[in-house]
Amino acid sequence: MPPLITGVHPAVTPRLLLPAGAPGREDRAAYEARGGYSGGPGGYLEGEDLISAVAEAGLRGRGGAAFPLGVKLAAVAAQPGDHVLVVNGEEGEPASVKDRWLLRTRPHLVLDGTVRAARAIGAVTAYVYVSDDQAAESVRTALAELDELPVPVHVRTVSHSYVAGEETAAVRAINGGPAKPTDKPPRPFEEGVAGCPTLVSNVETIANLPRLAAAPAPGEDVSPGRGFGPAGQETFLMTLTGSCPRPGLYEVPFGGPLGEAAETLGGLTGPPRGYLMGGYFAGLLNRRGHVLTLDYDVFRDQGSGLGCGAVIVLGPADCPVGCAAQVMAYFDRNNASQCGSCFNGTAAMSGVTAALAAGIAGQADVRRLESWAAFLPGRGACATLDGAANVARSLLREFPAEVEAHLRDRCGQCAELDLTAATAPFAVAAYAQPAEETA
Amino acid sequence: MKIKLDRTLCDGFGKCAEHAPTVFSLDEWGYASLAGSAEVPADLEPQVRRAILDCPVDAILERLATPAGRLTPPAGELAPQPGPA
Repeated sequence: MPPLITGVHPAVTPRLLLPAGAPGREDRAAYEARGGYSGGPGGYLEGEDLISAVAEAGLRGRGGAAFPLGVKLAAVAAQPGDHVLVVNGEEGEPASVKDRWLLRTRPHLVLDGTVRAARAIGAVTAYVYVSDDQAAESVRTALAELDELPVPVHVRTVSHSYVAGEETAAVRAINGGPAKPTDKPPRPFEEGVAGCPTLVSNVETIANLPRLAAAPAPGEDVSPGRGFGPAGQETFLMTLTGSCPRPGLYEVPFGGPLGEAAETLGGLTGPPRGYLMGGYFAGLLNRRGHVLTLDYDVFRDQGSGLGCGAVIVLGPADCPVGCAAQVMAYFDRNNASQCGSCFNGTAAMSGVTAALAAGIAGQADVRRLESWAAFLPGRGACATLDGAANVARSLLREFPAEVEAHLRDRCGQCAELDLTAATAPFAVAAYAQPAEETA
Repeated sequence: MKIKLDRTLCDGFGKCAEHAPTVFSLDEWGYASLAGSAEVPADLEPQVRRAILDCPVDAILERLATPAGRLTPPAGELAPQPGPA
């Protein structure tokens, strides 16, 4: 299996990845040598000061939903009773590797952030929730390197599945149930692990906290690491896959064009035909995605999203209909099999995209796909059905000519596809999951 | 009253939408979601109570005014509803 390629955009210094040339996994001594577990000369902000700093910095959840972390921290902190923290490292999106990379390579950065978050909400206990064996081992090794932490931190493992990383699935699994989502309300901030108000936050989100929690040094107004300071300087982790010569994990600044980042880091095989955004979740963009600014709101306003930061490049020779058919087949196989609207809806939409790929769909099928894409969002307990509807809706919106062409003729590229294969399309080979079909 | 529909339990019997079609919306396979808010207008409460009783898998619940583990509503939400005059 090839090693994972990592790299940092030339415009930024890495905050989450390690500098070029750093040797493998970072142990406690190496993390402390980089200023870890100390907060620097000013120490760490605690409690409400930290929550305010996070809110001010505008840090949003990196698991896919982009929910403001400051709001979530404050919501849990304000609840009565015992509080629990779940650091969510069960990276369900097969095209994303960032959380597993952080846990495998920088476990102390994640644990430092875990302690910051736990103290901010007054958690009595914290869980690191993972399915990846190497990630779990890395965190256990890191915990053994540490003296007693102010909050007990447990590693909780689960079998990998697409839905196991959803926040209510994480809570349900830790509570002893199957790792499948529950319907809302209640959300975990109201009632989570052992019925306690629970903060479920993604590993990459948590990994940003040690930097944001660093208090200003004596005599300084602002801490050096804080600040989603000048626009464009804040970074996120982008897993880049699809038609690019150097697929891998990259640290990228917000504020630049998507295409520039993809070209500079992963390289391109030619002018991209489009992109599949947010792993499988945020749907397709045609070539206009190339110039869109890497910003949560810009992508949302275009009917797309950055999601978990996974970007799949459709090269000049890739067929967007085939891409949608593969992803829809995955949703059909890997939904939680709980909500009727989801297991029926994903199967029905997959039926149409497969028929398009096979060159046997008619105008009526396309109209049905259009109506499901509009009617089904919001009808499942979790967002899986919304993700599938995003793929259907964006295919029809971004690639109408290609859809039309598939009604007339058999597509040569689609003819090569095996939609029955139980695989995860566009997964990063170096971090392939052991069992993609266990949902 | 405020209700919750658990879509992971719904088996598509459709009784809810028979009793309260403006509160419960069915997809083309017969599975229900709430058509609008979880807050049921007073005039529809009797129909919704029938739906709660008739759902064969008990997928519909009346929500208590406060979340589990507490007896007072969180500040700013779920204020106690005034009782009938």
